[in-house]
Amino acid sequence: MAFQFTPAQRDQIEQLCARYPTRRAALLPVLWIVQAQEGWVSAEAMEAVAQVLDITPAAVYEVVTFYTMYERRPCARHHLQVCRTLSCWLRGAKQLTKYLEGKLGVRVGGQTPDGRFQLSEVECLGSCGTAPMMQVNGRDYYENLTPEQVDKLLDALK
Amino acid sequence: MEPILTKNWGKPHSRSIQTYLAQGGYATLKKMFQMSPEQVTEEAKRSGLRGRGGAGFPAGVKWGFVPKNTGKPIYLCINADESEPGTFKDRAILENDPHMLIEGVIIASYALGVRTAYQYIRGEFYRPWEMVEQAIAEAYQHGFLGQNICGSNFSLDFYQHRGAGAYICGEETGLIESLEGKRGMPRIKPPFPAVSGAFGCPTVVNNVETIAALPWILEHGGEAYAKIGVGKSTGTKLWSVSGHVNRPGVYEVPLGIPFKLFLEEYCGGVWKGRKLKAVIVGGSSVPVLTADEAFAVTLDYESLQGAGTFLGSGGMIIIDDQTSMVAALENLAVFYHHESCGQCTPCREGSGWVEKILHRLYHGEGRHEDLALLQDLADKMQGRTICALADALAMPVRSYVTKFRTEFEAFIREGRSPYPAPEWQG
Repeated sequence: MAFQFTPAQRDQIEQLCARYPTRRAALLPVLWIVQAQEGWVSAEAMEAVAQVLDITPAAVYEVVTFYTMYERRPCARHHLQVCRTLSCWLRGAKQLTKYLEGKLGVRVGGQTPDGRFQLSEVECLGSCGTAPMMQVNGRDYYENLTPEQVDKLLDALK
Repeated sequence: MEPILTKNWGKPHSRSIQTYLAQGGYATLKKMFQMSPEQVTEEAKRSGLRGRGGAGFPAGVKWGFVPKNTGKPIYLCINADESEPGTFKDRAILENDPHMLIEGVIIASYALGVRTAYQYIRGEFYRPWEMVEQAIAEAYQHGFLGQNICGSNFSLDFYQHRGAGAYICGEETGLIESLEGKRGMPRIKPPFPAVSGAFGCPTVVNNVETIAALPWILEHGGEAYAKIGVGKSTGTKLWSVSGHVNRPGVYEVPLGIPFKLFLEEYCGGVWKGRKLKAVIVGGSSVPVLTADEAFAVTLDYESLQGAGTFLGSGGMIIIDDQTSMVAALENLAVFYHHESCGQCTPCREGSGWVEKILHRLYHGEGRHEDLALLQDLADKMQGRTICALADALAMPVRSYVTKFRTEFEAFIREGRSPYPAPEWQG
């Protein structure tokens, strides 16, 4: 079934558009609404976004593909994103990633067969003083990680 | 030293409006509405406050570039896209004292004649975004945002605009493009944003830390702020410290204190009793300092510039003597190649080549001529692009290869690093 916004979402979008002098400016926040609902941004959703903001589908596509946080395919239930940049690397981020690969049985970029976990390496997340760290599902930071904490976290994420 | 930016940190419910009001928060607005916008701008100029996002340009002077009476609205954009590796001080303000920032936004908006202000916050800062949303709602409820603030004729709306993962959106014109719903590709200047920025209107882009200093400046006066620090480096600065120190974190100190004192007194020294090898003082894009160079500087704009580097964002990364500088540079090259927006050939291609060369060097396949090639690439990248992202890789490349050349040469000769990969302490 084609992607559609709910009436409540349409109200929310109009409120967002009122914040800016152009409708197009609401594109990033509207894409966040899509991703919060669907978990990713499909081609159908991009067309619906273009229609609601009165811009071309290409304008939506070029934005979705530019920003790393918009998912272009369905994600696993829990997306583990390990920061790999310098401060985290100095504190062993590479080993944290290897540990997760071993625990989950997947390589970076992969998903577990049960669809529960997805593992990624990402660039600096602005948590350099609490390295190594990772973000889960684009929301929560887990910092100063130890192997024990990683074990507990994986058990807790159902 | 009386803390300016961190005075409320650590207090119970430090980010709630009740705590902020109990500490005298928003009280400066009453004083401000008795002043003219020009007087407020003058106070900012008198303070000598310089942009804390990296460029270090005097904030009050920047405001002065905005043309009045163009008939167009003027916009204020708070840059909370903090993505420079090693930098996490703005996040600390957003999480600990968002009302100080909001009060600063009201002050800057009044001075500039802004009716709509936006905060561009990086997408990864989901929790800080939520916290600031809460604080904005509280500010509206208490009449500090919205129509006729505190009974004055001044009205202001303040919205957050959440990015979605792109370092380049921290560059002011990239930020504006992203705010307009486009890819965050920087614009050629001129025109400068002060003349033609967001939506083709005059726009000021200021960093979170810069704006958060304004309530104190207005309360105590610009001259009082200018008395703190040294020379043209006035006031206090937040340093975010990471890497091989005993106490990483965010510290507020007056500008001009010696690096050695800061490292030992605030950060607890280099971890594990090891020696200092190198320091990146202002975020990963600035030229690296050797230990000897670092021990000779004071932490202010002029001293650091004199040492051939920059204060930048104040994102300090400490590197111990067990670390391979080749591997560290390779790590940064991956970052800058990934984050290049791809608009300018010297940056898009140059960062890719730098990464490839360092990658093969790191994997034991380096050639001696690679060092000259890296220098040549850096020369061809720097100053030849629309924004400074190419420079942000060229400067580390040049400084690492020059200052740690023997290490690069040994790495090529031996085909491997004499240093182990950093361990996860767990």
